[in-house]
Amino acid sequence: MARRTVKAPRTEGDAEMEIRTATAADVPGVIALDEEVTGLLKPDYWQDMFERYGARRRESRFFLVAGAAGRIDGFIIGEVRAWEFGSSPSGWIFAVQVRSRLRVHGLGSRLFAAVCDCFRDAGVDRVRTMVARDNTVIHSFFRSQGMTAGPFIELEMRFD
Amino acid sequence: MRLQKATSFALYAVLELAADPARQITAVEIAEKYGISAHHLAKVLRDLGRAGLVDAVRGVGGGYRFAGNAKRLTLMDVIRLFEDISADTTEPAPPAAGEDIARGLSFVLAELDSQTAATLRSISLSTMLKLIARRPWAVEVEPGPTRRVARR
Repeated sequence: MARRTVKAPRTEGDAEMEIRTATAADVPGVIALDEEVTGLLKPDYWQDMFERYGARRRESRFFLVAGAAGRIDGFIIGEVRAWEFGSSPSGWIFAVQVRSRLRVHGLGSRLFAAVCDCFRDAGVDRVRTMVARDNTVIHSFFRSQGMTAGPFIELEMRFD
Repeated sequence: MRLQKATSFALYAVLELAADPARQITAVEIAEKYGISAHHLAKVLRDLGRAGLVDAVRGVGGGYRFAGNAKRLTLMDVIRLFEDISADTTEPAPPAAGEDIARGLSFVLAELDSQTAATLRSISLSTMLKLIARRPWAVEVEPGPTRRVARR
């Protein structure tokens, strides 16, 4: 499987950190990182995520990991989505994770920039995402990258 | 939503000062720039000083200087010093006959309040300054399937 290192701005102190397309060998590291951050072990979910977003339709699906020396310290997953309720093709980010002790040092920004490069290469001119209203950390992160409210509103209904 | 005058003045002042933390500016200079009352702004700056967001520098060449952490301080942190924009839970109970309609309206309005609060909590002064520099209101917008171009 091809390993594509994507361009992304670097910040001081993480020069050795590489951002690249995930491979099957990275899945255990992703599972471990997610467990460390969320406290939940979800091996089947991440294996399925890799098969859907890291191994197929790689021209429009992007599963990137950041790490060094065989260690996974962050990842981001996105895909190009189109024509949902009239939305023109756009990048859609639905997962991003950075090891807690490495936060606020620019790694999340590098992952975000890298996946945006992938979206640009895929021919789209904007990126969207959805965040939990009470998750200020991730909401602030996306805001700090320059994201603002988009033209769509998320709705839900509970089945009673 | 509409902010009270003092809240808007406070946001003008902290953003103006946070844009260049090394710079000292007087209340009069800020007031002239934004076309607001220097007297009212001076009161607001005193409140901001008490909250530790600005430092007052006395004497000739004095003024105010930003003293907070622009990456950590959010719009909500500044706003809540001057007003409470959280959902109003102190309303008197609605009359029994109209209870469902009143509660339904409150439910929808609370949804708006929740969205507003989440937005204001998520934007730091640093993010706000980057947004201002980028002028996103002056570029192309996409309101659903039909495209429209907003001019500068």
